[in-house]
Amino acid sequence: MRYLPNTPQNQRAMLDAIGARAVEDLLVKIPAKARLSRPLALPPALAETALVRHLRALAAENADADRYTCFLGAGAYDHYVPSPINHLVLRGEFFTAYTPYQPEASQGTLRTIYEYQTLIAELTGMDVANASIYDGASSLAEAALMAHAATGRGEVVLAAGVNPLYRRVVATYCGGPGLRLREAPAPDGVLDLEAIRRLVGARTAAVVVQSPNFYGCLEDVAAVAEIAHAAGAMLVVVADPVNLGVLEAPGRLGADIVVGEGQGLGVPLSYGGPYLGVFAARQELVRRMPGRLVGATVDLDGQRGFVLTLQAREQHIRRAKATSNICTNVALCALMATVYAAILGKRGLVEVGEQCMAKAHYAAGRLTAIPGVSLRFPAPFFKEFTLRLPKSPERVVARLARRRILAGVPLKAWDRRLGDCLLVAVTEQRTREEIDALAAALAEAVA
Amino acid sequence: MANIPSDLKYTREHEWARQEGANVRVGITHYAQEQLGDVVFVELPKVGARVTAHQSFGVVESVKAVSDLFAPITGEVVEVNTALPKAPELVNRDPYGQGWMIVVKPAGAGALDGLLTAQQYEQHIAQAAH
Repeated sequence: MRYLPNTPQNQRAMLDAIGARAVEDLLVKIPAKARLSRPLALPPALAETALVRHLRALAAENADADRYTCFLGAGAYDHYVPSPINHLVLRGEFFTAYTPYQPEASQGTLRTIYEYQTLIAELTGMDVANASIYDGASSLAEAALMAHAATGRGEVVLAAGVNPLYRRVVATYCGGPGLRLREAPAPDGVLDLEAIRRLVGARTAAVVVQSPNFYGCLEDVAAVAEIAHAAGAMLVVVADPVNLGVLEAPGRLGADIVVGEGQGLGVPLSYGGPYLGVFAARQELVRRMPGRLVGATVDLDGQRGFVLTLQAREQHIRRAKATSNICTNVALCALMATVYAAILGKRGLVEVGEQCMAKAHYAAGRLTAIPGVSLRFPAPFFKEFTLRLPKSPERVVARLARRRILAGVPLKAWDRRLGDCLLVAVTEQRTREEIDALAAALAEAVA
Repeated sequence: MANIPSDLKYTREHEWARQEGANVRVGITHYAQEQLGDVVFVELPKVGARVTAHQSFGVVESVKAVSDLFAPITGEVVEVNTALPKAPELVNRDPYGQGWMIVVKPAGAGALDGLLTAQQYEQHIAQAAH
């Protein structure tokens, strides 16, 4: 956008045009006691050099994944972001967070979104993917609403292993339409299939399962699909797409809707956002799907082109009948994911997955060799696992942070029953030396 | 000129109803499809679903609008036009024939009594045009 100046001359001209003496005259209707009678209590302005120095000093107090060894996960992962991503997304043609308001005039943007949708559909094993939603949590909440609208049923069964933050967002979204949420327990880190069978019935719109789940454990998605479908309910799977180079696509395990956080696909951690809400579904559900959708077509001359398609699904046409108010996407993060997948290719994604898995299992072996440290759950895991520690995980984490190691996420804040547990994630970025250093520091901290 | 067959009954929301033995066949009128433009999608209830007079039983989507379909009578859906999902244009081409939507088994007798006659419906759309 162009910089629009607002000089004293501009202000004078505008005030003259409306017949006011001063800007103050425009505020007389506001009661005096509601107005500030003194300048804001701000420190004096700094010169640019001083300001940059000040901001750098503030930024240096952050513990970021560039200067710390990061074993944090719980929904956001320190995967490598290849350098071409930044070069491409910073181009002026792309550098906006939004789908364009005159979409068909921006063929290049639409094409990248179309490619993004294609890659998400292929990775998840689904027929159709939208242009993205805000993040994994909002994608899941939209999936719950969509299952409700498609089935006309009022209950959603959520596996206890679904990210607790996602469950809170789902609860917020489902409050309006009055959906009833039921939690299916996961006593050993994975779903109790008998319990879920008892919870699912004629009122169930959807069963939601995350795999690998919040605790890192792999769920038996196909078994849950059978239970859901036998009751006429939909299966919603929360998956991390960067894992899907190795793990089976949820679409082939029976998912009707696949959602997830796409941050791992080349989107930097950025202290929690903006991230990438992945959303894919079966073809029959396309008109129930929230969000924007780019389609390929041909123009009058028979040349290939891209359009925003099926817009009658969206709120600006469907109005009060819309089941979602999403009329945008996170185009820039979706572009990062598109470039990421294009750079890595099929083999690259497989390698990322295999490295994560191998390194996570190496780390689990090293860490559980420490006396008193064990895996909390027996279920298979992928790139993340839950450890039980003999000492307070909060204290261990604080101690290791002083050595520039972010050891993991203490689970007490998420589940009181797991007060002695630490969630550890290991991406392809972690080296053997870093993992060994974590093991040595942890051994010392719990000794 | 509006095409309004005299042997049908009508709703103010532009659905038609035809008595066929004990059951009632339902669709949208020629006028309705003309106002909607090209119909691209029709969402209908499943066989066995219950529909209630004056309440929505489905959705019709054209290139320019999405509209609810209103049931002319209360009853149970016994037949659904399975051709429409693949060929929604039938609603435009033949609204009173191949473009029909559902067949309802009425919950009570005299279900069609409260509906508009062809003449009343013609007046209704003539007023709407002004």
